[in-house]
Amino acid sequence: MAFLREHPQATEAEPANHDQTGVSATAPAPAGPGRRGPSLWPARGELAILIGPALIVFVAFVILPVALAAYYGFFSWSGYGAATDFIGLRNYVTILTDPDFHEALSHNAFIVIMSLVIQGPIALGVALLLNRKLRFQSVIRVLIFVPYVISEVVVGLGWSLMLQSNGALNGLLYKVGLGALATDWLSDPAIAIWTLLAIVTWKYVGFAVILFLAGLQGIPDEVTEAATIDGAGYWQIQRHIVLPLMGPTIRIWAFLSIIGSLQLFDLVWIIWGQYVASTAGTSTMATYMVANGRDAGSYGYGSAVAVVIFLISLIVALFYQRFVLRRDTAGALTGGKN
Amino acid sequence: MAIAATIPSRARRRPASTHRPPLTIYFFALVVIGLMLAPVAYIILGGFRNNSEITVDPSGLPGTWHWSNYVDVLTSRSFWAQVGNSGIAAIATTAFVVVLGLMAAYALSRYSFRGRGAVYALFTAGLMFPLTVAITPLYILVRTLGLTNSLAGVIVPQIAFALPMTIIILVPFLSAIPNELQEAAAIDGLGRLGFFWRMVIRLSLPGVITVGILAFIASWNAYMLPLFILNNEAAYTLPLGTQAFASQYAVDTAKVLAFTSLSMIPALIFFSLFERRIVGGLTGAVKG
Repeated sequence: MAFLREHPQATEAEPANHDQTGVSATAPAPAGPGRRGPSLWPARGELAILIGPALIVFVAFVILPVALAAYYGFFSWSGYGAATDFIGLRNYVTILTDPDFHEALSHNAFIVIMSLVIQGPIALGVALLLNRKLRFQSVIRVLIFVPYVISEVVVGLGWSLMLQSNGALNGLLYKVGLGALATDWLSDPAIAIWTLLAIVTWKYVGFAVILFLAGLQGIPDEVTEAATIDGAGYWQIQRHIVLPLMGPTIRIWAFLSIIGSLQLFDLVWIIWGQYVASTAGTSTMATYMVANGRDAGSYGYGSAVAVVIFLISLIVALFYQRFVLRRDTAGALTGGKN
Repeated sequence: MAIAATIPSRARRRPASTHRPPLTIYFFALVVIGLMLAPVAYIILGGFRNNSEITVDPSGLPGTWHWSNYVDVLTSRSFWAQVGNSGIAAIATTAFVVVLGLMAAYALSRYSFRGRGAVYALFTAGLMFPLTVAITPLYILVRTLGLTNSLAGVIVPQIAFALPMTIIILVPFLSAIPNELQEAAAIDGLGRLGFFWRMVIRLSLPGVITVGILAFIASWNAYMLPLFILNNEAAYTLPLGTQAFASQYAVDTAKVLAFTSLSMIPALIFFSLFERRIVGGLTGAVKG
């Protein structure tokens, strides 16, 4: 997530830049004072070979489609032939006044907030508890990460079979005498969104745990040792030393979680499908986009929805960067998994 | 403190860990793992039951172990065709992502040139352009190129979308290689590209493995892109095939569960082989 921080290499490159004009690389380097950093070979051709392919693929298949979405969004277009029916902002007006879209947006907002509130503390607790020498440590880690590694299709199919009204969860509840709790987990609009939240939490909390564990391992032992010598207890150390040092990792995780929740598609589409998702109250902006865009043959409209999703994500990201990640850009502990 | 005496250096580094962790932690870990694995266990065990058992007692264990569901899936041609498609897509995506990403990250971390910051920023901005946003026009683009219903139509966009993360993870690894090493190599007559081939790839191996695994698993599990690009059953990857199987055999729950559990095995094996490497790679990246 380096656009959220200073460019890590900028500082080390600067001195090299002005010192080196005219120093030929092949000259064995009798390092004069101030001569640091890699020398400048005449490197244009190498650069083109090294960066060119990645840049071309990236621009052609990531940047270009997003730009095309912005273009098609102004047209009423069925996806065949050239887009000629220019309708200005009418797609956007329709989207922003469509109650279905509002509903989808509110579902996304719910998932965004509840994921942060629920996954964060759980993952942090688990990571703190596992961040010590345990027997079977790597086995435990692998097992916690299992839901994150298996595909959305497997997760969606497995859970939807389990949660059917005659499925395993209700069966289990009856078996242990809690039959009163058995309910229609998937299609009751009052419950379905919570079901979705539970599945999302189950699927993605392992990622947060792994990220936090990686962050915890980056905290030098000396820091906690010093605190121990000064008489701090375990919880004091976690609260006043480890947690603040984990700040950057937590903030990066939160950012990834927010962006992921705003894009949520696979699980909803697999478990609920296009029609049920809207009646069960689990539609998301992305399912709205596919249902009303591609599946309705309205590629212009679908593109406009994509642009709206992008703008919402961008605004959230910019706010987040401005108000939450601001301090990270200065600090030495800056960084991010991405 | 006998342990501390025999391995003093270790004990000095981590005095806290010479205490045995209390049993409650193991208990807690067990509960967490139970919650994480119960649905997976349901899928795998359900494949060993038959439909009447599942109907009568949906949450029960297999009474007798029926292997027929798994045997049926493992002897079906479509399952193996889909495994092959997923395998080709994942391996090709991973290989290209690693090669292209490493090359670009090398240029971005060890060459100074005008516009470097801009190129780096462009790639990192790619994280803000998730597949969801691009998918509609991407489908049009792939269709224009005539790549629908072909694995190439899935592979190439997957490479493109995996590049930002790959480059962001690899750049710190490559930047961390000491300049002295490069200078020494230069003295020994190794050019920058020679340095790249001989030294950089080996030194950045933890990062390379991390991004490789992430790319492989993402491709193996990919749903949205194949859903748009592949409409022909012969081209289906495993996630699409699994879903199609589930709706085709909606009444045969046991077989669906068997198919589903078989489809998740490769990613699980792949991940557990390299789990340590992933955490190691991320640790490097988190430290920045």
